[in-house]
Amino acid sequence: MSAIRVEGLRVSLDGTPIVLGVDLDVERGEWVTVIGPNGAGKSTALRAIGGLLPFDGTVELDGSPIDRLHRRERAKTIATVAQSPVVPPGMRVFDYVLLGRTPYVPPLGRESANDLAVVEQVLEELDLTRFAGRRLDTLSGGERQRAFLARALAQGAGILLLDEPTSALDIGHQQEVLELVDRLRAERALTVLATMHDLTTAGEYADRMVLLAGGRVVAAGTARDVLTEENLAKHYRVRVRVIEGEHGPLVVPVRG
Amino acid sequence: MTVRVRPAGLRPAWLVAGVVAVLVALIAGLAFGSVSLPLSGVALELLNLIPGVRVHSGLTEREVAILTELRLPRVVLGLLVGAMLALAGAAYQGVFRNPLADPHLLGVAAGAGLGVTAVISLRAGTTGGDATANLPFGVPVAAFAGALLAVALTWLLGAAGGRDRTPSTLILSGVAVSSFLAAGQTYLMQQHVETLREVYSWLLGRLATAGWHDVLVMLPYAVVTGVIVLSQRRELDVLTVGDEEASALGLHPQRSRYLLIVAASLGTAAAVSVSGLIGFVGIIVPHTMRLLAGPSYRSILPLSVLFGGAFLALADLLARTAGGQAEIPIGVVTAFFGAPFFIVVLRTSRQAAAT
Repeated sequence: MSAIRVEGLRVSLDGTPIVLGVDLDVERGEWVTVIGPNGAGKSTALRAIGGLLPFDGTVELDGSPIDRLHRRERAKTIATVAQSPVVPPGMRVFDYVLLGRTPYVPPLGRESANDLAVVEQVLEELDLTRFAGRRLDTLSGGERQRAFLARALAQGAGILLLDEPTSALDIGHQQEVLELVDRLRAERALTVLATMHDLTTAGEYADRMVLLAGGRVVAAGTARDVLTEENLAKHYRVRVRVIEGEHGPLVVPVRG
Repeated sequence: MTVRVRPAGLRPAWLVAGVVAVLVALIAGLAFGSVSLPLSGVALELLNLIPGVRVHSGLTEREVAILTELRLPRVVLGLLVGAMLALAGAAYQGVFRNPLADPHLLGVAAGAGLGVTAVISLRAGTTGGDATANLPFGVPVAAFAGALLAVALTWLLGAAGGRDRTPSTLILSGVAVSSFLAAGQTYLMQQHVETLREVYSWLLGRLATAGWHDVLVMLPYAVVTGVIVLSQRRELDVLTVGDEEASALGLHPQRSRYLLIVAASLGTAAAVSVSGLIGFVGIIVPHTMRLLAGPSYRSILPLSVLFGGAFLALADLLARTAGGQAEIPIGVVTAFFGAPFFIVVLRTSRQAAAT
């Protein structure tokens, strides 16, 4: 059974159609990365798949249509790290990560000892324990990104949606975060659906890639299938050289 | 070695401090005034209010009457009104994710004021005498209707310039709605000049005429508001990450928001009905609590209840003692402290937004 099955997904924002019919299947434990030029509809599609935007078509998570899942059930199934998550002023890292346990806290109730234990474990796993009492807004970009991930992991969901998880980071921290996601995916058998801009990096980490342009899937398959000079020239309107690298194609822009 | 971090919440030390603040305000409010009563006597006499307890306080019969019939309802009403205004302010700040939100700046108080003015004006013809003397229990209902109308107008108007309600557009629209409703109120007052004096004295805050009747009018609304708003304290913490992320975490942001707006407006309306327009409590108290006890609504909300009550009871004490023979309207006292405070909040929130 697919972890994510999307069929004929159409999404409009303020009456403007953005996603015009997307089909997508992500197997359990697979990492699929959606690429595409600005305005292609990557983030919009991802938000709809996370149940955060109204859509037409079918989105199934672990075989259940997402619109039939109760919000809390949905939050236990799929966790989203937004492109630029809100950083609540003054909130400590521990409390921020604890927000991830919201779907497990009964209405009018409070977090259980188990919720606190889960948070402590996630902090430990992401090497954030020493920051637990620090304010989130005092952390560096890389540390913050780990805290965002930690909150998503605390949800205990099997599916992780990452909307440009590395866009605010330098290349060292980009690699660190992606390696972390890859390790967590293996350890926790997570399914990962991400959007990314850096094509070479995207190709290195994803099992499969989907190229979105103008709201439609225009190429899909392995990094070698998708990251071709023709595909990128056509949809990004850029001249690139694609060189075979150790972990997949290396995409190098060339001045036109 | 790992240092265990406890989740944010109400620390017992702060709870104790809040209770002490309420007790200090209560005893000071009862002891000082045109006639000063001994503090120990006041404290002992308070014990006598507990059923089954009988101690000798040393106060004369006349002093006991001043204490229980004149000062006690006034101080209790001050505590209740202050608690409601501070709690409502904290709730509005949370649901609008806006540090400047406050029952007055959002126009809610003006809406409630219009509701009360309408009732006083229209009732005058039927009672003949002092229309404010004994407010009917239905007055908070009229105030509530006005308050909800105001907050809805402010919310809609705040979005008129685009989809996003920034803190400033929301407050600007609150100012516009306040002025509009105040104009309606002025019109009503002009049409019913016979009640002008009553409405005016009520507008400036009428804790001065507080009796047990006002406490009874207000109490049920205060309890409902308190229970609803306090029950949403965890939800308010989740809402700090914005609607979309809160929704991804399994929350129903709109449902929580409406519930809190209705509850906070009910509390504001009840406070305005019995005490008139007392500004700035809803902004001073929650902000001070946020600064001192941290940003979690699990501590801000209960502490706003305690310190809000204590703050207003003490402000009322100042209002009736600082001006010599004539009382200073309490709304004047809170504005005197609140306006400079507002500037501080504005500066710190601008700095926070800039980082």
